[in-house]
Amino acid sequence: MSDAVSALNGQTHDGFARVAEAGLRGMVTIRADLGSAALAGALAALGLSVPAQRGIVSAGGKAVGWMSPDELLLLCDYAQAPQIAADLTSALADEHALVTVVSDARALFTVQGAKADQVLMKLCPVDFATLPEGELRRTRAAQVAAALWRSGPDEISIVCFRSVAGYMMGLLEVASRKGGEIF
Amino acid sequence: MSTRLAKGGRLIDRAKPLNFTFNDKPLRGYAGDTLASALLGAGQVMLGRSFKYHRPRGLVASGVEEPNALVGLGRNARFEPDQRTTTTELFEGAETRSQNHWPSLDFDVGEINDKLYKFFPAGFYYKTFMFPRFAWKHLFEPIVRQSAGLGGVPREADVDRYEQAYAYTDVLVAGGGVAGLAAALREARTGKRVMVLEQTPHWGGRAPVDGGQIDGQAAADWISNAVQTLEGMDNVTLRTRTMLAGLHDHGYAIGYQSVGDATPGDGRPRHRLWRIRAGLTITATGAIERPLAFAGNDVPGVMLAGAVRDYIVNWGVSPGDRTVIVTNNDDAYRTALAVLDAGLTVAAVIDAREHASGPLAQKLRERGVRVLEGRGIAKVHGRKAVTGVAICAQAGEGGVVEQIACDCVAMSGGWSPVVHLWSHCGGKLTWDNTHAMFRPDPDRPPLGDAGQPLARAVGAANGLLTLPEIMAEADLPAVAEPEAPLAPVWVMPAGAKEALKFKSFLDYQNDVKVSDVQLAAREGYESVEHTKRYTTLGMATDQGKLSNINGLAVLSDALGQPIPATGTTTFRPPYTPISFGAIAAEARGEIFQPLRRTPMHAWHESHGVAWEPVGLWRRPYTYPRTGESHRTAVNREITNTRSNVGLLDASTLGKILVKGPDAGRFLDLMYTNMMSTLPVGKCRYGLMCNDNGFLMDDGVVVRLSEDSWLCHTTSGGADRIHGHMEDWLQCEWWDFKVYTANLTEQFAQVAVVGPKARLLLEKLGGMDVSAEALPFMTFAEGTLGGFDARVFRISFSGELSYEIAVPAAQGLAFWQALHDAGAEFGAMPYGTEALHVMRAEKGFIMIGDESDGTVIPQDLGLSWAISKKKADYIGKRAQERSHMTDPDRWQLVGLETLDGLVLPDGVYAVADGYNANGQRHTQGRVTSTYFSPTLGRGIAMGLVKHGPARMGEVLDFPADKGAVIKARIVDPVFYDKEGKKQNV
Repeated sequence: MSDAVSALNGQTHDGFARVAEAGLRGMVTIRADLGSAALAGALAALGLSVPAQRGIVSAGGKAVGWMSPDELLLLCDYAQAPQIAADLTSALADEHALVTVVSDARALFTVQGAKADQVLMKLCPVDFATLPEGELRRTRAAQVAAALWRSGPDEISIVCFRSVAGYMMGLLEVASRKGGEIF
Repeated sequence: MSTRLAKGGRLIDRAKPLNFTFNDKPLRGYAGDTLASALLGAGQVMLGRSFKYHRPRGLVASGVEEPNALVGLGRNARFEPDQRTTTTELFEGAETRSQNHWPSLDFDVGEINDKLYKFFPAGFYYKTFMFPRFAWKHLFEPIVRQSAGLGGVPREADVDRYEQAYAYTDVLVAGGGVAGLAAALREARTGKRVMVLEQTPHWGGRAPVDGGQIDGQAAADWISNAVQTLEGMDNVTLRTRTMLAGLHDHGYAIGYQSVGDATPGDGRPRHRLWRIRAGLTITATGAIERPLAFAGNDVPGVMLAGAVRDYIVNWGVSPGDRTVIVTNNDDAYRTALAVLDAGLTVAAVIDAREHASGPLAQKLRERGVRVLEGRGIAKVHGRKAVTGVAICAQAGEGGVVEQIACDCVAMSGGWSPVVHLWSHCGGKLTWDNTHAMFRPDPDRPPLGDAGQPLARAVGAANGLLTLPEIMAEADLPAVAEPEAPLAPVWVMPAGAKEALKFKSFLDYQNDVKVSDVQLAAREGYESVEHTKRYTTLGMATDQGKLSNINGLAVLSDALGQPIPATGTTTFRPPYTPISFGAIAAEARGEIFQPLRRTPMHAWHESHGVAWEPVGLWRRPYTYPRTGESHRTAVNREITNTRSNVGLLDASTLGKILVKGPDAGRFLDLMYTNMMSTLPVGKCRYGLMCNDNGFLMDDGVVVRLSEDSWLCHTTSGGADRIHGHMEDWLQCEWWDFKVYTANLTEQFAQVAVVGPKARLLLEKLGGMDVSAEALPFMTFAEGTLGGFDARVFRISFSGELSYEIAVPAAQGLAFWQALHDAGAEFGAMPYGTEALHVMRAEKGFIMIGDESDGTVIPQDLGLSWAISKKKADYIGKRAQERSHMTDPDRWQLVGLETLDGLVLPDGVYAVADGYNANGQRHTQGRVTSTYFSPTLGRGIAMGLVKHGPARMGEVLDFPADKGAVIKARIVDPVFYDKEGKKQNV
């Protein structure tokens, strides 16, 4: 493997919140019976558990989020993703499951600051006032699909497809421009 | 003449004067002014010309209902026409300009229309422009275009920015008057999330002007206490300058916030459009005063009574020295009192009622003002400003009994509740005979998904027009002067003659008069909706806020039926016009639409690419070098690829992983051919049809392992085909054990094409790409030049070809490595046009060229890709219908022009004879046509009736300017029919 670069190579903008492309992040799509003991076991081995509906469970730099009744998204270091995918595939070998690396298909952004919510309020039909930590929300940002969650104090992470990373950064930059504070 | 009073004006700050211009004339107002109050305060009574008759017009109102006082605001990139002066805050440097006149506001050529009013009746367009027929296009339409519309069109792109925001609340209160604030307090105290939107910059609505006491406090004090209490509650959001523009199904509401209107260029967005989900919307939108329909009720200086007292009390502006009040109700007497309190003169109160004996009337008499009972205005004198009124008996025909000099007329025909939001998504109204108004019917509110009310009307919007009634609804005590009942007056005087009705305006903005509505009724218009469209009553930018009830009352009278039998027209959002900028929000310029970029996008850009849009992607069309036309660049790319090696960014190709014990069975149903029998490691070209049998996508399917397949789709089809698969899996075959994943963007893909392709890959090294190890239509995984790669031996060009997928994050590096290593082999990038030409030389079809949604694979000579063994596949049944098996269906063939030139795209081959419309019969059409540099001539594919059986026949293709191009039917495979080159 050589010269892996994220879509925007870590571009940032400072408005009334700081928006940043967060670089490469390992991502693995898991489609399986979410009630499966083998799945629970495989995730436990990574220090994780099967998240509840709309939930996201984080531990030790990894996280796993609920995407649909039969789909999870696992986040990890970029370099670890192929090995984790291979391990999960073996763990689920006896069941009907699909595990595949999607790290390169995505772009990850963070929006940071006390007014981070206000940036995304302009783009995503989400009730941020009631969005708790530990919830992953599949939604859209203006015209593209997105998923987001609270990834730290005053920080929201948002994921979109890699091809529209430039569009997403354009959205975030405009929405976070100074003077556009809502509250 | 209007002027600024020496004192007073609760909303203005006299310590902060602001400069602005009107038609380039420098004027001065104060912070807190609206454009309207500033203009009126600066003595500008006449502000524009009317739409149809070009009559001089001034302010009628002080709020959203204003029909006349619209101006062009700003200049160049900040110019916007039709800005309502009554709702626009004054700011330093505001440039305003009156509209709809030429050459000037004072002297306007179009004013001739006013003299010719008899030639412009209701339905004027329909009556005048019918004959002769040709005249519409060549004479009438150009004139109408020239004269239609009010304001000018901005010539420059808007430099301001706009945005939208989402909000969620349990209770949404529309209107921050006393009713709205009281309702908000009650709801907020239950702990619910409450959002209160007020369209003006101020809380309290009319109450501070109209006076009275609430809960033992002066209205203004109660308001500031209420706002303070609400501000202190965490569950309450208060927003001024934000109008609730529309209430839609499921409690979805649109709010429209003015953020930076008054501070242009300060970096803030100009407008913000709120998209709100509300559990319950409380409409506390107040009421709008109705004008009276008397002759000359549009002369500048004739205003609504409520507006006259607003200008005096709110902004310290006197609309005139001598005011005549004309009314059918007691509320207008408050205006008389305000005029007196300001030290101005009330010339008389003309009360249309037989008796004016309420306490307010008494109060006025005590102050020495004449109150004329049972009287009306026969006519207003003056043209650009009021000079006086002629008085008549309201019951009569307009015989003048007295003349009164004045420079302002304050009229009131009663008040109509603002029922717009209530009505937007289905709330019903009921006619209140006592107050002569439609009010919300509490038993028939707009309903939500579970049948629950979506809205509740409170205060004046609920038909409660006095302070004690309004506050009683919120269980609060209040005191105000009692009012005697009003008497409905729809035309003044009641028996007004034609000459008067011709000048009695109902709709100021569209110049619709009493006579027009009556004419419509005589001409057979019974439905209020039809009359509206015929006369244009209520169809201007004010949407009939002043004219609606008066117009339908006049119509009802003309039809001899009660008002509720006529009903109202439909109330539609937005409540007042909202800016296009707010609707577009961030979607402009670079982010107008998502642009999808492959990992190599920037490389293409820096190498002189000419782009082709493919869905939301941009794909390289060709890479012209200095001095090259696109055509020569494409020819070069093709020749190089066929003789050396070409590189294509194929990353946009759809890549869908399909896995599971039932995946083979599923793909056999998705594709027309067999995919379950494909051996592991092999590739197979497949076709996908929709359930009507028509071809919708194609691509190479790869068997990755025993239970997983990778399906390539067209670039534009990836998301659609993935959705199509999931649709069948989730809705029809939910018992199949199949999972899919759309991996389109996980991989960058490069086609390495040409006789030297293998040499290039061998130079990169790491994988055995020999014909023996990796034969045609197989794939292998490994490390190629240090990159994790999946190599597919597939060809869309007819050459030795490898398509190589690497993780997208390494895509650019891989692409670069291929160029570096390929330099010695003459490697060059090629674009989609070269790809198209090469596939056409090989006779390969292209989805979207050879297929157009009406073509089945059998039309394209692709029967070999349709399994005869399978019991079913999507489209099989449809393809067995009689029209699909008709031997007369047009079939794919190649076409060669006799002169070697290129056929125009899409041309038809004609047959003998003519159809019923006198058009030539046709027997085929061109689907793809190119210049082939390989063959040195034009080549084409087309669909021709009985085509494959007619090899060698010459067809006629009529082209432009009478030319007929002759082309011979040939085999569609022009290049390497045996397929030797791709299989080496």
